[in-house]
Amino acid sequence: MRREVPLMICAIVGFTLIIVYFVPHPPFSDMRDLFSDWFSVIAAFAIYLGILNLLKNSVDKVYRKRSGWGFSIVTIAGFVLFVFIGLYEGSDFGEIGTRYYWLYDRIYFPLMATMFAILAFFIGSASYRAFRARNVEATVLLLAAFFVMLGRVPIGYYLTSWLPEGWRMSDVASAIMTYPQMAGQRAVMIGIALGIVSTSLRIILGIERTFLGGE
Amino acid sequence: MKFTTLSGSLLKLFLFGLVLFFIFSFNPRAFCQDTTIVTDSIPPGPPSNVVAKDTPYDRGRSITINWVKSADDGGGANDVKGYEIMRATQVDGDYELIGNTTAGAQYFIDNDVRDKVSYFYKIRGTDGTNTSVSLPSLAAMSKPQWVNLRRTNIFIFVVALTFAILYYINRAKAGKELFIRKIAGLEAVDDAVGRATEMGRKIFYIPGISDMDNMQTIAGLTILGRVAKVAAEYEARLEVPVSRSMVMVSAREVMKEAYSNAGRPDSFNEDLVYYLTDDQFGYAAAVDGLFVREKPAAIFLMGQFYAESLILAETGNSVGAIQIAGTAAPAQIPFFIAACDFTLIGEELFAASAYLSKDPKLLGSLKGQDVGKVIFLAAIILGVILFTFNLMDIGPWFAVG
Repeated sequence: MRREVPLMICAIVGFTLIIVYFVPHPPFSDMRDLFSDWFSVIAAFAIYLGILNLLKNSVDKVYRKRSGWGFSIVTIAGFVLFVFIGLYEGSDFGEIGTRYYWLYDRIYFPLMATMFAILAFFIGSASYRAFRARNVEATVLLLAAFFVMLGRVPIGYYLTSWLPEGWRMSDVASAIMTYPQMAGQRAVMIGIALGIVSTSLRIILGIERTFLGGE
Repeated sequence: MKFTTLSGSLLKLFLFGLVLFFIFSFNPRAFCQDTTIVTDSIPPGPPSNVVAKDTPYDRGRSITINWVKSADDGGGANDVKGYEIMRATQVDGDYELIGNTTAGAQYFIDNDVRDKVSYFYKIRGTDGTNTSVSLPSLAAMSKPQWVNLRRTNIFIFVVALTFAILYYINRAKAGKELFIRKIAGLEAVDDAVGRATEMGRKIFYIPGISDMDNMQTIAGLTILGRVAKVAAEYEARLEVPVSRSMVMVSAREVMKEAYSNAGRPDSFNEDLVYYLTDDQFGYAAAVDGLFVREKPAAIFLMGQFYAESLILAETGNSVGAIQIAGTAAPAQIPFFIAACDFTLIGEELFAASAYLSKDPKLLGSLKGQDVGKVIFLAAIILGVILFTFNLMDIGPWFAVG
């Protein structure tokens, strides 16, 4: 029963959503939103499991002084601070001018932006490895990247603006992106779409059950 | 193919030539642009032929309005800034503004109507200062349709693919041997876990940042089952930090089952799977911290990733871990290829469970998938030939409605 019930729910919801895709008439049209709402409700309840797990692990780490326990103190302090300030502010806690908003705007948001900004350096280091002209394939990649990157910025356009249309840097970049890049990406996309359809069918038909802990 | 010294020198010469070419062809005056603002008091020509109809093949509650744009939109004074859509329930009633569009637009979809109620529409062209209004449309009424005929092509394809998959599953069950090509990333799972065991370091498994409603997360968890089983057999320590509570619960079930199947149920501990945060970059920061502090020997990145993919993969690379990644997010695949040792590209992620389990039913479904590829390939070749010789454009047959 522990396996059969989830499999049955998967099958019923899966078949219903397939019908919904082709039949827009009520009541089917409302079912997609209904299932989506149910998922949100379940996910909202499940978040407490996650929060409790995070707090349990953090407190345990601090108590046992395990590796990185100092970070756990920051985690607990941040959690307590945000929860209490949010509760103190009441239902308008997210409005501009509240203490909660100040914390979000001055601490949380800059931290997220910093993490995102680090990506620029990682792109540099990854590109350095990927674009080294060690063989013919890597050289083709290097040249394609050179033309695309320069063709996508204004300086690339202005540097070659005297060339006839179709031969400028931006045109070369567009050609690379429109033909070889697009063809390759579409091939990958077709494979992905078929993979998703096939996996969905396996789940709906109950053939695929590894995600439920089955063999 | 290694470069000879001569070809390496030629490449350097080429790049040097390109740099010189750009330096000498630089024209700073091209950056300057003149702008002039012109205003007038003459209203633009009114839009005409306003036609409102029930939006076809939908769930109802929607009317599509089409019109012929103003004579001063793209021609004449060419000063139309946009159009305002006005609606009333009586042809000579009070028309209220319900939306607007930019210049050049010739249709608007009103999704805020009730079924079986008549609506009339007028379109007002504006140049920012002056306006001119069209004549009203005839009455339009929305109603839901039973079948979305625009999706007939998808229906046919899904039915064909389903039959192909079921056919090959039955063939596989009947004992027919099916060939499946080697997937290097999946072959390397045992080596990666073995390396971690030998080095006495941890293995981290990152199942992406999406929830259980994402097929990639589910595909990632099927691979986790295999990795957990091998880790249990080798007695290596596998940890799964997750960003979704439901993924945490599912991953625990998968690992628990894998440890049982490996004959080591006692080695499983629920704390091996733990929640960090739902936040994208908060999760990336936390996982990066784990990588840097714990210095794992092997890292698996399997599932749906966004901008954090390279942040995770480059950090993993910097600590010297063997990395096996897999995602069906096309924008992230190049990052994983650049930063990881092995990458499951797109469909390989979904084929993993069949590949690893060798279950005939799952392998049969992969073969059925190949039929879908053959259909697409044949359609592409046929479409290119017909279009090249100007015989027919079959593109619309594959349009998704």
